[in-house]
Amino acid sequence: MRVPLSWLREYVDLPAGETGRDVAERLIRAGLEVETVEQLGGDLKGPLVVGQVLSIEELTGFKKPIRHCWVNVGDANGTGEPQEIVCGARNFAVGDKVVVVLPGAVLPGPFPIAARQTYGHTSAGMICSARELGMGDDHDGIIVLPPEFEPGTDAIELLQLVDEVLDIAVTPDRGYCLSMRGVAREAAAAYGLPLADPALLDVPPANSYGYLVKVADPVGCDRFVARTVTGIDPAAQSPIWLQRRLQKMHVRPISLTVDITNYVMLEVGQPLHAYDRNRVDGPLQVRRASEGEQLTTLDGVKRKLSADDLLICDNSGPIGLAGVMGGASTEILDAVTDPETGEVTGSTEVIIEAAHFDPVAVARSAKRHKLPSEASKRFERGVDPEASRAAAQRAVDLLVLIAGGTAEAGVTDIAAPRPMRTITIAADLPDRVAGTEYGRETVTRRLQEVGCAVSGSDVLEVTPPTWRLDLTDPNDLVEEVIRLEGYDNVPARMPTVPPGRGLTEAQRMHRRVGVALAAAGYVEVNNYPFLGDAAFDALGLAADDERRRTVKLVNPLNDEEPALRTTLLPGLLATLRRNVGRGNTDLAIFEAGLVFRPKPEPVVAPRPAVDRRPTAEELAALDAALPDQPRRIAVALAGERQPAGWWGAGAPSGWADAVEAARTVARAAGVELEVRQDQHAPWHPGRCAALYAAGTDRLVGHAGELHPRVVKALHLPERTSAMELDLDLLSADGARTVEGPAVSGFPVATQDVALIVDRDVPAARVELALREGAGELLEAIRLFDVFEGEQVGAGKKSLAYALRFRATDRTLTADEASTARAAAVASAEARTGAVLRGA
Amino acid sequence: MSAPNKSYDPVEVEALKPEEVERARDEAIAAFAAATGLDELKQAKVAHTGDRSALSLANREIGALPPQAKAAAGKLIGQARGAVNQALAKRQAELEAERDARVLVEEAVDVTLPFDRAPRGARHPLTTLAERIEDTFVAMGYEVAEGPEVEAEWLNFDALNLGPDHPARSMQDTFFVAAPDGSPDSGVVLRTQTSPVQIRTMLDREPPIYAICPGRVYRTDELDATHTPVFRQVEGIAVDEGITFADLKGTIEQLVSKLIGDELELRWRPSYFPFTEPSAEVDLQCFVCRGASVGNPDRPCRTCSSEGWIELGGCGVVNPRVLIASGVDPNRYSGFAFGLGLERILMNRHNVADMRDMVEGDVRFTLPFGMEI
Ligand SMILES: [Zn+2]
Repeated sequence: MRVPLSWLREYVDLPAGETGRDVAERLIRAGLEVETVEQLGGDLKGPLVVGQVLSIEELTGFKKPIRHCWVNVGDANGTGEPQEIVCGARNFAVGDKVVVVLPGAVLPGPFPIAARQTYGHTSAGMICSARELGMGDDHDGIIVLPPEFEPGTDAIELLQLVDEVLDIAVTPDRGYCLSMRGVAREAAAAYGLPLADPALLDVPPANSYGYLVKVADPVGCDRFVARTVTGIDPAAQSPIWLQRRLQKMHVRPISLTVDITNYVMLEVGQPLHAYDRNRVDGPLQVRRASEGEQLTTLDGVKRKLSADDLLICDNSGPIGLAGVMGGASTEILDAVTDPETGEVTGSTEVIIEAAHFDPVAVARSAKRHKLPSEASKRFERGVDPEASRAAAQRAVDLLVLIAGGTAEAGVTDIAAPRPMRTITIAADLPDRVAGTEYGRETVTRRLQEVGCAVSGSDVLEVTPPTWRLDLTDPNDLVEEVIRLEGYDNVPARMPTVPPGRGLTEAQRMHRRVGVALAAAGYVEVNNYPFLGDAAFDALGLAADDERRRTVKLVNPLNDEEPALRTTLLPGLLATLRRNVGRGNTDLAIFEAGLVFRPKPEPVVAPRPAVDRRPTAEELAALDAALPDQPRRIAVALAGERQPAGWWGAGAPSGWADAVEAARTVARAAGVELEVRQDQHAPWHPGRCAALYAAGTDRLVGHAGELHPRVVKALHLPERTSAMELDLDLLSADGARTVEGPAVSGFPVATQDVALIVDRDVPAARVELALREGAGELLEAIRLFDVFEGEQVGAGKKSLAYALRFRATDRTLTADEASTARAAAVASAEARTGAVLRGA
Repeated sequence: MSAPNKSYDPVEVEALKPEEVERARDEAIAAFAAATGLDELKQAKVAHTGDRSALSLANREIGALPPQAKAAAGKLIGQARGAVNQALAKRQAELEAERDARVLVEEAVDVTLPFDRAPRGARHPLTTLAERIEDTFVAMGYEVAEGPEVEAEWLNFDALNLGPDHPARSMQDTFFVAAPDGSPDSGVVLRTQTSPVQIRTMLDREPPIYAICPGRVYRTDELDATHTPVFRQVEGIAVDEGITFADLKGTIEQLVSKLIGDELELRWRPSYFPFTEPSAEVDLQCFVCRGASVGNPDRPCRTCSSEGWIELGGCGVVNPRVLIASGVDPNRYSGFAFGLGLERILMNRHNVADMRDMVEGDVRFTLPFGMEI
């Protein structure tokens, strides 16, 4: 909503020196979002005056037609002599009143004016167009003024060129501020000044001889005021003041009747519609549409109507979409001048409609037809139903005054009974909500200031004004009191919070995991969860892979990515590639976040009532409609894990780093991981680890090197590796309590053992067999060498372990250690087919 | 060794002549002094103190002397050997010190060599900023509550007093989840705010409730320098007996003080959110121009668009309708709620000019933030 300060001052007698910024600051603190304060004519400087064209000489021989004029500017040029001006525009004639800028003046830009030689003549100034004066962008021709102004009159004042305009983003609860009347009321309250309400007009009472209107749907339309004005002069144009105000509101002047309806809407907030009475066939009817009906709206679009659309009809059928847009068939006609006779024809008799439509009906129609209009915007947010009569009267008055029309005596006013809205509120509720003491008198006064009728003492009966449809609950009234008293004046204090439980174990674990990976050299990233089938294809997922079952969006940002992620890898790998593209080649990144797995049989979420707590069944149904959303963590690596340097060679990142990252995560989560060989897309079939929570058969993720085809499809660096773990599954057993170990002070006995096994026997199995065979004297076991070659035979590998034995109660003898070692070897032989090397 | 000799003339034992003993002593001391290294000293030691050295041989002769001569000879040899050992130990220490000094010099390295063998990592600043805010509130006694990102419309809208035809509902550009039949009527959306977590918390248990709800939220904005369709909010809610707007003001002031400092002014202005009544918007004085750019075209401020204020977030007293839908008795309890956009706080607190840097995952952006901010 734009608010010219000059117009606002008409309703509120603001202090003379108050600037637009001052007013904006006050309104902001009262809750209006003033986004900008525009300075109109800020750099404009006169003399800018009314001139009368005395003579026009058409100059020829130039690329475009040029006029050499003499213009009477009165005494404004100091001599009283005619002013010589060269002009490129042609839309004026001898005798016309125009706007002349004289040498020494500055036009908006800034654009200083000086006398100059041009086209062989002196041009001492310019005849101005609307655009040059900053009045609007839609008109290149020069301004021709009505004849009544005297040459030499100051045009800056006449055209209201210097002004300030506040632009306010009106929140949905403050529909009444989509009018000068509403903003003025706020300004009056903010300054503690009286309001000159533009809707306080003398209106004749309704009678039976107004234009016939039939309202078939009193729910959709609970008020319909119609007035008729005849004898309108089609040649009459909107006066300058009216055009200027519309221009400042960014509304383009069109024709007098339309301008007046727009003006009254901006002034009092009531959308009006004007019908050419001679084009309306019979009584106006308000009803819902029938399926299949059609209407051509003012914008020339033929629209298919649906049964929900609220219509204005006549005997011919629909002639308007109620509260949204009028129809073309009964539109006010543009004035047309007959070139022969000079006679002007156009609409001469109009019906003014000032109605009140159901906000929901209007909102739905506007949405359905994608037709948000100035009218629908206001109806959706709530229009004062009691302003209809005044608004219609105001339009009638202006048509009589400016267009020379005659108001017909008939006044149509159909009003459905409207229940009185009364809110009961404890007088101290504002005190209790704010946490301060206003007292009953202040509460009552503030409520009256916003237009409420207030009665009662400890308990107040408050009737909100008809334009405040947003005031429905006690707390709404509370806000009015607190905001007018000033939010800044509410004291600040801290609530007494009972002792808290701190972070949950899961929350602490999520933090630890992030810290552990970052400490291990991983950089955290956050990716959008959107993806499409192409991402799954690139990962080489089979057609029936569970991860291809996704939650889909109706309105994705990008049609190629309509689904939500079921794995973190696509986003993570895209970010890896983006980094590589930017020259960051040695990369280790991670992401923690939710993935979205649809339930096997998705159901629609219910919409329980909101006037009570949902039942347990309703709550269960709400959750049943949501996909599973487990928290995952994933890493991706490429390039060198350790760079080469003066210390020696570097180490490329690889599958083992990915597995180690999983162990790092698990360790931070307090869980041991068991690694098993696996084949799982998108990993390399020979370099893929399945990760299990140790001691369970719970698969919690995968790690390893990516499949070369995936690397190629995603344009990743060779040997890119990745890991993905489900944190919820990982920690599903809950936190375990560690028992403090009894640390033995007896010496350690170390024994090495080298075993030869088949190449495809996993080292993890061999180690497990050794552990179990060694018994409880085994303190630690460590694989220190893996060897394949001729010495161990084809298809075999040698695994060398260091075993550390120790007892808690004695020094082990060499025999005891050797016996334990032999038991370990025997166990490995039995379970994995291992052969002791060198045996 | 010779056998004891009863009729023995000591003068006849050449080796025990005092001048011979002195000569052997002096030769030994000279040889030690002449040794230039520990190896030479070792040879000199063997030559002059070993079994075949002159003094050792002389010492052996003492046993053959008559008893009356033994003491004098023993004293003579003992003194000489003492002097020799002393000279040896001294020279040994000198040469060891020399060697140590030389070796340590040889082993010196350039400790300014760069050592970046272990890769550096970092956590995302939005993660650590959320944690910092969480910690501020946890220290006050709040708990951290979380909820799903794909959320029921009822929880995201209806329960928050945003009915199906509420104008504010179309203000929020919502991602709708497709129903099994492909239609938008699944009743499920990507949450547009973390407020549904507040509802879940209230449905979960009885007041008093003091909770902070961080998380990712979604709106259908295109990514640009100041917008991202996926962003982070932290919402807070307090529901207890006697909670007031004043409590809200104190809490927000406390947060700003802990997070940003006390130097900047706050501005409270009325606003509109369906789930709070009264509602407020909190602005923070622009940390760059501190308001000096307002109405001053010569000193425009990019950070606040010359408004002098930066929007911090929305808040208010929980609308009693929201309490009712969440099963909380509005006659007994009241509450406040607030919501903050983390991206904007990060931009302001750390002078990040472009929101895309927080989204694209370039490691050069994230690394400097380290493990905590
Ligand atoms: Zn600034």
